[in-house]
Amino acid sequence: MAHALLKGETGDWEMVIGLEVHAQVLTKSKLFSGASADFGAAPNAQVSPIDAGMPGMLPVINKLCIEKAVRTGLGLNAKINMYSVFERKNYFYPDLPQGYQISQYQHPIVGEGIIEIDLPDGSIKKIGIERLHLEQDAGKSLHDQHPSKSYVDLNRSGNPLMEIVSKPDMNSAEEAAAYVTKLRAIVRYLDTCDGNMDEGSMRCDVNLSMRRPGAPLGTRCEIKNVNSIRFVQQAIEYEARRQIEVLEGGGKITQETRLFDTKNGTTRTMRSKEDAHDYRYFPDPDLLPLKLEQAFVDDIKKTLPELPDAKKKRFIDMGLSPYDASVLVAEKERADFYEKVADNNDPKLAANWVTTELAGALNKAGKALHDSPISAEKLGGLLKLIADNTISGKIAKEVFSEMFATGKDAAKIVDEKGLKQVTDTGTIEKLVNEVLAENPDKVAEYKAGKDKMFGFFVGQVLKRSGGKANPAMVNDLLKAKLGS
Amino acid sequence: MKNLTTLTIKEALIGLKKKEFTAVELTEAHIKAAEAARHLNCYITETFDLARKQAKESDARYAKGTAGLLDGIPVAMKDLFCTEGIQTTAASNILKGFKPPYESTVSANLWRDGATMLGKANLDEFAMGSSNTTSAFGNVINPWRSKNHDKPLVPGGSGGGSAAAVAARIAMGATGTDTGGSIRQPAAFCGIAGIKPTYGRCSRFGIVAFASSLDQAGPTARTSEDCALMLQSMAGYDPKDSTSVNRPVPEYSKSIGQSVKGLKVGVPKEYRIDGTNPEIIKLWEKGVQMMKDAGAEIVDVSLPHTKYALQTYYVIAPAECSSNLARYDGVRFGLRVEGDNLVDTYEKTRAEGFGKEVKRRILIGTYVLSAGYYDAYYNKARSVRKLIWQDFINAYQKCDVLLTPTVPTPAFAIGENMQDPVTMYLNDVFTIPASMAGMPGMSLPVGLSSDGLPLGLQLLGKPFDEETVFKVAHVIEKAANFTALPQSLMSKAA
Repeated sequence: MAHALLKGETGDWEMVIGLEVHAQVLTKSKLFSGASADFGAAPNAQVSPIDAGMPGMLPVINKLCIEKAVRTGLGLNAKINMYSVFERKNYFYPDLPQGYQISQYQHPIVGEGIIEIDLPDGSIKKIGIERLHLEQDAGKSLHDQHPSKSYVDLNRSGNPLMEIVSKPDMNSAEEAAAYVTKLRAIVRYLDTCDGNMDEGSMRCDVNLSMRRPGAPLGTRCEIKNVNSIRFVQQAIEYEARRQIEVLEGGGKITQETRLFDTKNGTTRTMRSKEDAHDYRYFPDPDLLPLKLEQAFVDDIKKTLPELPDAKKKRFIDMGLSPYDASVLVAEKERADFYEKVADNNDPKLAANWVTTELAGALNKAGKALHDSPISAEKLGGLLKLIADNTISGKIAKEVFSEMFATGKDAAKIVDEKGLKQVTDTGTIEKLVNEVLAENPDKVAEYKAGKDKMFGFFVGQVLKRSGGKANPAMVNDLLKAKLGS
Repeated sequence: MKNLTTLTIKEALIGLKKKEFTAVELTEAHIKAAEAARHLNCYITETFDLARKQAKESDARYAKGTAGLLDGIPVAMKDLFCTEGIQTTAASNILKGFKPPYESTVSANLWRDGATMLGKANLDEFAMGSSNTTSAFGNVINPWRSKNHDKPLVPGGSGGGSAAAVAARIAMGATGTDTGGSIRQPAAFCGIAGIKPTYGRCSRFGIVAFASSLDQAGPTARTSEDCALMLQSMAGYDPKDSTSVNRPVPEYSKSIGQSVKGLKVGVPKEYRIDGTNPEIIKLWEKGVQMMKDAGAEIVDVSLPHTKYALQTYYVIAPAECSSNLARYDGVRFGLRVEGDNLVDTYEKTRAEGFGKEVKRRILIGTYVLSAGYYDAYYNKARSVRKLIWQDFINAYQKCDVLLTPTVPTPAFAIGENMQDPVTMYLNDVFTIPASMAGMPGMSLPVGLSSDGLPLGLQLLGKPFDEETVFKVAHVIEKAANFTALPQSLMSKAA
């Protein structure tokens, strides 16, 4: 896809976007303590003395976090660094109990990688990954609980995060959205992060600068706290326009950190470069450098699942359109559902039913896939009834509605309601004869060359059968009778 | 009944086993002595009732025949070790009243083996100091007095309370932590023994951190054998400390009494520095002779980067402390001085909570880690630290153990060396290199100065070879036959 350029008063502008995504590692306990990392507990209910930065407390690495970071790195086609170092990032804030965040700085656990993003026009773009490092989350300051005081909730303090930094390879809000979507799909496939942005387990910072097409990079601003894919797009669109306005007005962009305001979709200055902290990073003396063994990495490699891109390619090979394939693989749950439906069924037919009939019904009912009244197995059962001519596609839709309402098996509904397709030649011939006998004028018109009348006869016969007559057989018999 | 406070730990354990006296009697004797020696200010918090309770439980174990390695032995716990439900201050106003909801691994190990706790021993604030004069709870007085003047003397630091308590016979042993000499230097000043084991030998879990890559716990007691018994209990792998090392703890007391025949004792020439008290040089030579007499071979070795150790230490240790002490912000525990806003509260809390020396080190540490100075100071210091470590590794190709003085001077009067921090820092010039390299080091009382003050010699061992250190220590101890007592105790005896 060509770069989407933005038109300004003085000519075209190109966006340059890089993203930093914080993804919470899917583990039961925190990065350096045994406290629970679950979301939604009462404030300060999941805080060990380590997370509270009590005197004499020491961090101990949660091995599962290391495993999941490596797993994610492999899923991003990235270099796994066999030697990495946890460092302290020093700054004061009440929700940072130790007075420093344990993070990785000079030696991250994962180096450069690359992923492919799927754009709305069906094209694919490669986006580079700069690095992935592990770090602990801070707690949460609550400023709206008391008129003059702030509250601190340390449940989140010490939660394991993977910071995934992209290269500045994106040039539009759509590409940024597609990147986050793909990243989320990958970590969900890998089971290394639940990707729930509304619970904060995936958070996003956007780095954006503007330049004339082909010109060197401009000065960038970092937009913090952009916590949904929709907000990523909104923030980028607003910020790009803001920067263009400044630049075209003869101004300069100052490097700064900006905050996205979800209420009005704008960004505003949080702190300028001059106010930037000197974090005084140094290796955490409480933790030895992390050295991985090749066998550890190899073992993880062996357990990697099929990732979205590979799955998409396989779906296309099965005969699906690239569009259907990307829709299905975008969510692991949907892909898994689809594969169950398609089991021993026509893949294309299965794709249609999942992406249109079921998706439409769920959407209408305001339900998510995991709440679907029709299980994948049951939908597969319905498709089998179509395939073996037990019911027609049309009846299938009726059965589907009934299934959606009651959750019953397709076969049972067909049985109870007597919807089994009529394939008996004698019965259908009788209906054909009746229709032709009752409509001599229409027969005459048809014979006089009015071909359109054929559809009328088919409709009448099907109607008379209660929709159960096999349409192909009706066609054949009508043709035989009228053709003479 | 004889005075139970004069016994060594080893002797007391034999007496308890033989039922010559009870753990309660032993503990009561020490409580009585401690009450009489309160002017020394050894304890920040006395826990006499706890000690009585523990002693009773200990006697029950002796009755059942299930007594542990140190059962019934009353000890002092440096107030840097967190003790569950008992005030732990690090001798700082910022932690006044702080009662940890957890127990340090080292203290838990001692309780597991039956030791009883008399109290939390005074120290320099956050273990930063060499004279125990930076404590927010007042300085500790050395039980020793000079023959030539009446001025009270410092016990050394940071573990001044621990060392003075053991020297004054108001604890049979004490825990310490050694970052640059905080066990060894006070031991030398107070005429007792003390060992800093190899970095990683004891767990740091629950010890209020000063400089994490240097801090190491160890015992101080009146003999090498007592230190061996205590270390055996304190040491061990702890999954809660990622820097503790997973290897079995030897029975250190078995090293006591073994021959040193054929052992190679290294004498590093770089420890012969200007400003060292000539009496200490003489003592060192005496120590060399003792080793020769015992059949050891003396080897001249060189540790060429020794001269950089002190400067390097005063970059690394403050850098780590500036970060380690960031958690004392008045938000969750300890002192809070309310301000007009968040930053004001931080500033007021830390200004009031920390003493001068702690502030100095936080400032130095923040400076050396700052952008623009980082490479010149912190990174350079880390490189030099590797060279210091390499010096020791090279030296240990030629010898099994090193013999050096512990401190350049005997104990000085309270108030001396206070004008210039660097003079004070020089006290640790012989102890710091082994800290930087993580090597085990032990100080032993070997003689008296002409002022009648104790002088110590230091043994430095190979990594995790505390056994050789104990073996040599006992040989020197026997040869030196250091029986002198602090004047206060002598007058009592008289």
